Amino acid sequence: MSLTDTNNPDRQEWLSYQTGNLVVQLGEGWSEADQLPSRERSYKEKLSKCSEGDVVAFKGEGVRGDRPLQLATLLDWVRLAEAEGLVVDFDGLSPQAVSLMRLALAAPKKEKEVESDQDVFERIGRLFMARQGEKRQVYEFTGELMRSLVRLVMGKARFRGRDFWMCLEDCGVKALPIVALISTMVGVILGFVGGTQLQAFGSTIYMVDLVGVAVAWELGCLMTGVIMSGRTGAAFAAQLGSMKVNQEIDALDTLGLSTMEYLVVPRALALILMMPLLTLFADFFGCLGGFIVALQFDISPVEYWVELTGTLDLRGILRGIIKSFFFGIIVAGTGCYYGMFSGRSSSAVGTAATKAVVSGISWVIVCDAMFAFVFQVVGF
Amino acid sequence: MSKQEQEKKLHIEVQDLTMAYGSFVLMKDLNFKVYEGDVFIIMGASGCGKSTMMRHLIGLNEPAKGDILYRGESFVKASASGREQMVRRCGVMYQSGALWSSMTLAENVILPLKQFASYSDREAESIARYKLSLVGLSGFEDFYPSEISGGMAKRAGVARALALDPEVLFLDEPSAGLDPLSARRLDEMILELSSNLKMTTVVVTHELESIFLIGNNSIFLDVNTRTLGATGNPKHLRDHCENPMIRNFLRRGELNAIGD
Repeated sequence: MSLTDTNNPDRQEWLSYQTGNLVVQLGEGWSEADQLPSRERSYKEKLSKCSEGDVVAFKGEGVRGDRPLQLATLLDWVRLAEAEGLVVDFDGLSPQAVSLMRLALAAPKKEKEVESDQDVFERIGRLFMARQGEKRQVYEFTGELMRSLVRLVMGKARFRGRDFWMCLEDCGVKALPIVALISTMVGVILGFVGGTQLQAFGSTIYMVDLVGVAVAWELGCLMTGVIMSGRTGAAFAAQLGSMKVNQEIDALDTLGLSTMEYLVVPRALALILMMPLLTLFADFFGCLGGFIVALQFDISPVEYWVELTGTLDLRGILRGIIKSFFFGIIVAGTGCYYGMFSGRSSSAVGTAATKAVVSGISWVIVCDAMFAFVFQVVGF
Repeated sequence: MSKQEQEKKLHIEVQDLTMAYGSFVLMKDLNFKVYEGDVFIIMGASGCGKSTMMRHLIGLNEPAKGDILYRGESFVKASASGREQMVRRCGVMYQSGALWSSMTLAENVILPLKQFASYSDREAESIARYKLSLVGLSGFEDFYPSEISGGMAKRAGVARALALDPEVLFLDEPSAGLDPLSARRLDEMILELSSNLKMTTVVVTHELESIFLIGNNSIFLDVNTRTLGATGNPKHLRDHCENPMIRNFLRRGELNAIGD
């Protein structure tokens, strides 16, 4: 009698149960996709009829070592039977299948750790505590950074001068082209917007004031802050994050070197020093962009110069410079913070860089808004 | 070479291979053969180019000269799609597992299954469970690589390498950095897998215990002459190799033969 009926899986000849013994006969084609689900159903049905201590015997030549799906399904079935407290016997299979199954079952299955039931209040509490921990981290980082900067001023901080110069080059000279390009374009855009609108009143000359004031007061430093956050803040986070993954930060720690002084201070210092300079350049290039457009509106270079210097005094430029100094602190701080507290995997480094850019840009803009308010109040 | 080995079918053949980084020649004139079912060891001192050798075999590095043949078919001269086909028949475990950190262990195994084989989600999950069981990681399906130990990451790397039922399994330093018991278990697992799954296994290692336990054929890359030092069964090389330096290497320097 053929027990391996491949044509009709519903005829359950391949499964036979006799007092305490379930025999599963696996012939060719038992694992075909169209048969497997119904077979699995009948198998589970039979299993539920067995009582604890019964033997489930797998037999037949239908399980081949080079067919992973068959072995995988068989393994699932064996585990099902074991979960029911049944004894499994698969010696009736081909020798290769037997040894592979032995190998797969050799190590005990790790049981899922049951998580303790958390009610809503506990969850809220935990979430809150986690948030508090994060806040604490921020305070600690800020405090440590301040302490290191004070030590630096007192000449006690230790870091490699070379690192500092390299950071300086990276935040300064290498960032200049992109800052120049973007601020020129911003100047051009402002010039066009102002020029076309003011043309209606026959006072195109005032576009010079618009470009000059907008660039020097706001957009020069703001665009520089945004560019540097995307460019350098992200780079800081990624560098420090991958140093963490490589245990380079641990190596500094165990040498007793302050990671704050060695890694964060040179980066922060370089960026804070370079931001005002870059802003000055951004102002210049913004006005240059405005100048290019001014020519289109028949404003002569001399007119442009006279109008620009008439409306823009040192105080206006200083507004941007003062803000850029703080933007430097924000960008360097967020970049280094998320880098230093990054997780230890490649995806965590990506997350750190993203967070650094997002919070860097957000805080730069928030800070800018606050300064607009403060300058208004103090009448600067 | 024993008679038995000659009867086995040739799987990988390396002809006149020169490996170089730019103008710096790492190894030259390499000739050796790997037979089907072999556990083939690539050994040599640190920095001699063992891992680079493996990278050449799986197409991550281009040979400066020479050819690599899989079952008589040139790998170097093959077209891009032909190469892809050949590489897909190889499973590779990298030194520290190289698991994708944003995916769970099961997802790491499922990715190649879903990309290159036509399994349904359920089937792929089932196969992933099976492959992880084979390396003793059942129950760890939903763990992320960052949540498991280094030894487990290596085993999970093997499970991923096995996902597509490769004909050749490449293992880069499988037992390096593991405690002796874990290293031994991993070696035994490699032996079990290679005999049960009927694969050819190529292992890069310099762990002597592993070499003698699992290897039945090997090459020794000589860092001084920059070419093949010797080839054959590692135990045989230890006892009968003509080059005293290699005998010394395989005896952990206990035979002070270099001065002789």
